[in-house]
Amino acid sequence: MLLFAVLAPFVFALLLIVLAKPIGNKIGYFALPIPVMVFVYFLLQIPSAAREHYPIYFASWVPQMGINLSLSLDGLSLLFALLISGIGSLVFWYSITYLDAKERLANFYIFMLIFMGSMLGVVTANNLLIIYLFWELTSLSSFLLIGFWYDKERSRYGAQKALLITVLGGFATLAAFGLIGQIAGSYELSDVIAKAALIKNSPLYPGIVILVLLGAFTKSAQYPFHIWLPDAMEAPTPVSCYLHSATMVKAGIYLVARMTPILGSTMLWVLLISIVGSVTLFWGGYMALKQKDLKAVLAYSTVSQLGLVIALFGYGSEAAVFAAVFHLLNHSVFKGSLFLVTGMVDHATGTRDITKLRGLSKAMPITATLALFGTFAMAGLPPFNGFLSKELFFASSLETINSSFALGIWSWAFPVLAVIGSIFTFIYCMMIFFRVFRGGPIPDDLPHHPHEPAKGMLIPTALLASMTLVIAFFPNLFAKWLLAPAAKAVSGSLPQIHISFWHGLNMPLLMSAIVIGIGCLLYWRLDKIRIFLAAMPGRPSANHFYDWLIPGGALVRFGGRVGKTHMNGSLRDYLVYILCFFMLLFWGTVIYKDIFIVRFDNLAPIGAFEITWFVLVVTAIFTLVSSKKRVAGLFALSAIGYSVSFFFVLFRAPDLTLTQLLVETVSLVLFFLSFKYLPKDLISSQLSKKYKLFNALISIAVGFSVTCACLIAHSNKFYEPISDYYVASSKILAGGNNIVNVILVDFRGLDTLGEISVIVIAAIGVSALISLGKKHLFKEDNKDE
Amino acid sequence: MEVMMSILIGMLFAGGIYMVLSQTMLRIVFGTSLLSHATLLLLITMGELKRGAAPILTAAGGPYVDPLPQALILTAIVIGFGTTAFSIVLAYQAYQTLGTDNLEKCRGIDDEH
Repeated sequence: MLLFAVLAPFVFALLLIVLAKPIGNKIGYFALPIPVMVFVYFLLQIPSAAREHYPIYFASWVPQMGINLSLSLDGLSLLFALLISGIGSLVFWYSITYLDAKERLANFYIFMLIFMGSMLGVVTANNLLIIYLFWELTSLSSFLLIGFWYDKERSRYGAQKALLITVLGGFATLAAFGLIGQIAGSYELSDVIAKAALIKNSPLYPGIVILVLLGAFTKSAQYPFHIWLPDAMEAPTPVSCYLHSATMVKAGIYLVARMTPILGSTMLWVLLISIVGSVTLFWGGYMALKQKDLKAVLAYSTVSQLGLVIALFGYGSEAAVFAAVFHLLNHSVFKGSLFLVTGMVDHATGTRDITKLRGLSKAMPITATLALFGTFAMAGLPPFNGFLSKELFFASSLETINSSFALGIWSWAFPVLAVIGSIFTFIYCMMIFFRVFRGGPIPDDLPHHPHEPAKGMLIPTALLASMTLVIAFFPNLFAKWLLAPAAKAVSGSLPQIHISFWHGLNMPLLMSAIVIGIGCLLYWRLDKIRIFLAAMPGRPSANHFYDWLIPGGALVRFGGRVGKTHMNGSLRDYLVYILCFFMLLFWGTVIYKDIFIVRFDNLAPIGAFEITWFVLVVTAIFTLVSSKKRVAGLFALSAIGYSVSFFFVLFRAPDLTLTQLLVETVSLVLFFLSFKYLPKDLISSQLSKKYKLFNALISIAVGFSVTCACLIAHSNKFYEPISDYYVASSKILAGGNNIVNVILVDFRGLDTLGEISVIVIAAIGVSALISLGKKHLFKEDNKDE
Repeated sequence: MEVMMSILIGMLFAGGIYMVLSQTMLRIVFGTSLLSHATLLLLITMGELKRGAAPILTAAGGPYVDPLPQALILTAIVIGFGTTAFSIVLAYQAYQTLGTDNLEKCRGIDDEH
């Protein structure tokens, strides 16, 4: 059942490919039931996951390499699976109204289903390599969805950027998984967790940590890899909501959480994650305030909030992990609903520019209310869910001061960054709500006249936004059934945390007060701050490096130059490379294996006859090579061909002699027949001496190598020839006296069939080329007339 | 005999490669023919030469020369003929279409920019 839940989206994606045509633009209604059914299935698993009787699935796939299709649904997996399928259902529903019937709807829903399936695969897989497989599939489907409007230049740019950065990280993850598998001797997560101590004591441990985190940070858009996320906003808004805020970008967080029992609670792990997370929290908030586009604000806000969750996982204490899981859920809810609200605003007004939008609450009161839920929850105001998790976040950041990884005075940086980051969050949340929905009359210059959006968009958004309140009022219900089991999968113990709005006067509350106080003060002067911030640099940003390197940049130009130097279009040069490579291979093996042994004790006798023919063939070779007239060359070539048949006589091969004589004669006739149409000369242009000398050197080297190969092969016979079998069984098994014929038509009959096929293909090629030529000649005739 | 054949095969290869490396179409066609002749001799030499009668079972019985290379060569001759015929027609068609038999001038289309 678990397997089917994960694979169902893929199966239906395949079905949709077939059904797309007959269904037409109602395809959304056919796609919608899939996430809903998957969501219901995962909902039903909540009790068993909480009791730790979670469903598993196991099937060997490539057991020799430790690759098994094994899935399991523990608390952490279940939380993610519910987010993926739940928000997925709402987004599918929303998209039905959001997307115009003229869009490529089939592509959209198929990509979305593929994404959903691969994301479910990532979070339920219990084998590192299966995680990797699905991980790359999410990158791929994200690429396809960002580039959904591929006729727009920015979409293509964003899609390419997202793909390159996340796949780079995915590659690092694969390397890390390989190392872990080597050390632990298994890729099964449960086995690897049991060997955690072994991995931590390995000298490769720092490398593994860095590679894993490279994967996690690129996927979860952590500084400095966050640059792809704002450009990914070129995707349709439901995609931005689903992939780039609620689910896919959380895959990196999932990886960090999954790896915590294996790699966690070391100095390197804790510090690296906490620092990167905190810096991202700060930087994302700062950049969000500089943006004008509503979606760009949300994109940087997502970067910032992901930093927050990552930092919490970095702190690593039981309470911090719980807070992380809690905020993860909350963020998906409020950020998802805000993206959906943005989509509705965009739909209704035709713009997402904050400086142009004003006072929309008059025309869109319901949308404004939903926006209020989302923004206030994100700002961390009571009575919304964001307040609860933010309080826990502050409490955890304070804990780091006394943590075992004492950084002295520097450990204060974590709570300070937490507060500063939260102030930024507070300001841009207020900015989104009060600038866009309040603040005077609706401007007249909007592209469309704003109106309340259709129910098909409003209801899913309302469902999601109302969750901010539901979670806030029943936090302990969620904590018991969802969050605590999820946190246990990470920290190993079931956290006993009671969440409530009022904890008494304590430091976290004071920090919240500071955030709100300073936030309000700064918001009061928002315009001045925004002017100031606009002048501030957006650096240091990896964007400059990326733009310098990738799109038509240094890397492409460098690659082009390297390619041009050796791939110059001359077939002769390519042939020289191939020949040199083979000679290198041959002589390298001969020297490396030390097999240059030539023995002269097992030779057949030579008579005067043979020597005469030898001299004749050598003469013919030189004639052929040096002949300028093609008739002379052809005669030399034929002389060699007939000599070969003579050698066959000497070597007791009557069948070969006959065949060779026949073929040689036919070839000669063929050449003469086609001479009329072939180039008149053997040498069309005078080649330089140097060029000829170089060719001669290469060919002599090849000839010498072949001679040596012959001698070595003749002198070293390791095995009995298999021919004895044919000699012995020719009469008995096949009833033929001519062994060569028996081999061809009986023992190796299929090979002969292959040979005949080659001849047929050559014949078809010849006749096709000739008929092509007729058409060509015919055209020229017409021209003459 | 095997040593002499090895030298001869080396020379045939050298000649064939030299022909193929030059720029003219017809020389390349001749060169490939030469290479296929060389391969035939290479195959038969590998099976040890003149160690018995022709591989046709007689009442007198063995020894016979190795029949396997002969079977291979028989296939090779026929395929060699197929490729020669094809390359002749290819050379003819390329010459007619491109108006040159100089391969240095046939460097494909510059589709990079």
